[in-house]
Amino acid sequence: MTIRGFEFPTPELPPGIEALRADVRGFLEAEFAAGSWAPQSNFMAGFSAEFSQKLGARGWLGMTWPSRYGGHECSALERYVVTEELLAAGAPVSAHWVADRQSGPLLLRYGSEAQRQAILPRIAAGTCYFSIGMSEPDSGSDLASIRCQAKPADDGWIITGAKVWTSNAHRNHFMIALCRTGPAGDDRHGGLSQFLIDFKADDVAINPIYNLLGNHEFNEVVFDELLVAGDRLIGREGEDWQQVTSELALERSGPERFLSTFRLLVELVRACGPEPDRRAAEAIGRLTAHLVTLRRMSLSIAGMLEAGEMPNVEAAIVKDVGTRFEREVAEVARLVAPVEPARGAPGNEPNYAAVLAESILHLPSYTLRAGTTEIMRSIIARGLGLR
Amino acid sequence: MSRSHSIISEVAERLFRDLAEPEVINRAEEGIWPDALWRSLEQAGLTLAPVPETAGGGGGTFADAVAVLHVAGRFAAPIPLAETMLAGWVLAGSRLGVPKGPLTFAPVDATEAVTFEPEGGLEWRLSGTAHRVPWARDAGHVVVLGEAGEASVVALVEASLLRPEAGRNLAGEPRDTIHFDGLVVGRDKVAAAGPGMGRHSLFLRGALARAAQMSGALERLLELSVGYAGERRQFGRAIAKFQAIQHYLAALAGHAATARAAVDGATSALAGNPEAAVFAVAVAKARAGEAAGEGAAIAHQVHGAMGFTYEHSLHHATRRLWSWRDEFGGESVWNIRLGEQVAATGADALWSLIAER
Ligand SMILES: Cc1cc2nc3c(=O)[nH]c(=O)nc-3n(C[C@H](O)[C@H](O)[C@H](O)COP(=O)(O)OP(=O)(O)OC[C@H]3O[C@@H](n4cnc5c(N)ncnc54)[C@H](O)[C@@H]3O)c2cc1C
Repeated sequence: MTIRGFEFPTPELPPGIEALRADVRGFLEAEFAAGSWAPQSNFMAGFSAEFSQKLGARGWLGMTWPSRYGGHECSALERYVVTEELLAAGAPVSAHWVADRQSGPLLLRYGSEAQRQAILPRIAAGTCYFSIGMSEPDSGSDLASIRCQAKPADDGWIITGAKVWTSNAHRNHFMIALCRTGPAGDDRHGGLSQFLIDFKADDVAINPIYNLLGNHEFNEVVFDELLVAGDRLIGREGEDWQQVTSELALERSGPERFLSTFRLLVELVRACGPEPDRRAAEAIGRLTAHLVTLRRMSLSIAGMLEAGEMPNVEAAIVKDVGTRFEREVAEVARLVAPVEPARGAPGNEPNYAAVLAESILHLPSYTLRAGTTEIMRSIIARGLGLR
Repeated sequence: MSRSHSIISEVAERLFRDLAEPEVINRAEEGIWPDALWRSLEQAGLTLAPVPETAGGGGGTFADAVAVLHVAGRFAAPIPLAETMLAGWVLAGSRLGVPKGPLTFAPVDATEAVTFEPEGGLEWRLSGTAHRVPWARDAGHVVVLGEAGEASVVALVEASLLRPEAGRNLAGEPRDTIHFDGLVVGRDKVAAAGPGMGRHSLFLRGALARAAQMSGALERLLELSVGYAGERRQFGRAIAKFQAIQHYLAALAGHAATARAAVDGATSALAGNPEAAVFAVAVAKARAGEAAGEGAAIAHQVHGAMGFTYEHSLHHATRRLWSWRDEFGGESVWNIRLGEQVAATGADALWSLIAER
């Protein structure tokens, strides 16, 4: 087989999608005018249960799920349009983001009927939020090496170990924890299972870890012989590697992988004015060309997901190219429209220097979270048949 | 790996694979016209793919043309395929007959102009100079685009009357200079340009054509580099086993995919409103041009000294990429146009501008 590369075919957009976009925009404009948020396009930037519930009430969460679970039977492309509009507006989406993007779909695909009925309608209503429990102190990129253990007990499972970098564990309702339930086997991918952890009911320690901005977003979550009932297992015991990888295209291909610094691009355009000099015009044009192309690729993946494909390599390309673009926006902006970055007071109108500051301080995380650049490249290399 | 290849690109692929071999490309660079290749493409109706059948063309769309040009770029086909397609499209749309054989058009530089002055009521006198006209010396006819007063006009001129001065791009493809001074053209060979077929719209389509060729050449770089990395052994193993090489190739796959996606975007936009088309072509040409430079650097790094030889065919792709990225406007030209449009639209409308595309 000769490898010629990966294609991102043009997706067929469902009819009515522009009306949906207009609806979302109308809603966002009204909310913004009412003073709901200071815009930041990083999907982890703002946590607002109230806002998430409003989205749920409008039918913009769990959009692609069956209606019997509170979903709206929309296509992945319709969901895409809603998510990109939310991010572009810098809306506070971090409460529901992970639940809507990957935990819900995971439960829909692998969860038991009882799990689906208990949880999916709540996610779709914007009242139930999820954390991802994959990373551990000794397991980052090498996820298969995790040690957090779940041992079978008479009335369920006993979980011992620790998870780290668990975003929003201190605010969310549930975590899906990846645990070892058996030997790894020859391919190192055996013996892994996922469990539903109920932060509000289970006896787990959630210890804050402050990030370099001084913010409390991620946590350490410690399980000390936590007993959970048998119905907390998601899917089949020991077969979760496939479950984990099925989340990855969802996690890595969305607009959050290239829009994190979009607000900075907006403020850069404002700072350069309607008649920028040649250099500024060229820089803005170049970033725009990158952005338009990335969006097209990301949208194409939504189309592939809608068609029931598993575009993991394509998603890795979007994440690799997209997160490096996010970084470039900041590096280019500071050269083209130089100011000293300075953080604004919370709640203030965003200005260029403040958005630049937020962007610069967040930059390191974009090429790490959801799989590092190096791991993305290794996935692409495997797709090229090199590994 | 790739899906849904249209029939037309499969036909093109078969022909190029058989008839655009590296020796053919080398000979073309020495000035030997690849007659067998040209004739086969002409017979298959590919050289005039986007020209209506009533005018002797293939009756296809611009999307078909782009699909063929992508494949042509992959094989470094040493023929004026883009030029013939575009010149034929203008001729047909301007109700001038489309002659057989290779065609080109002039001027290609957006800042150059050829003036048309009426000469005695029956003829036109053309003046001006067009630089870097692709393939002028090999073309049977040159389509000359100009202005007569306010109107865009088109002339069909036999190339033998023009005696082009030979020049080349970095890949050795002809890029010739034509002096029109005093050339008199009969009235039956001059027409008002068809709607939307003035030289600016040709420049735009030329830019998309080069972007499509670049996206094909980038796939060729990936194909050659992945192949070479699997064969070349150092330190007791294939260099493909080194992670540094794997990551280079992954980045190259990203450049190729990005260029292709940008070209696809422009191709669909071309079927819609003209303003959106200008925006999308600017994105495609700028994005593919940037990918060309980065991709070529990676491919050469992976190939080591072997890729720096004349014997290896890598340079057929990379020298073309280094030329094509600057033809019909390089990245800076198109990025500035984009940037000016974005700035004029304003910060608060930036997202609408992007999401409409
Ligand atoms: C803001 C933020 C939020 C996060 N939220 C969550 C969360 O909610 N839940 C969760 O489970 N995790 C979360 N993470 C963790 C994230 O998934 C990990 O950071 C990521 O998987 C990398 O692991 P690591 O940080 O341990 O780095 P390591 O794996 O230790 O990597 C360090 C460096 O070594 C490189 N490296 C590692 N292995 C290889 C290899 N095989 N080849 C080449 N280079 C290699 C990496 O690319 C990187 O450059 C979050 C991270 C961040 C930054």
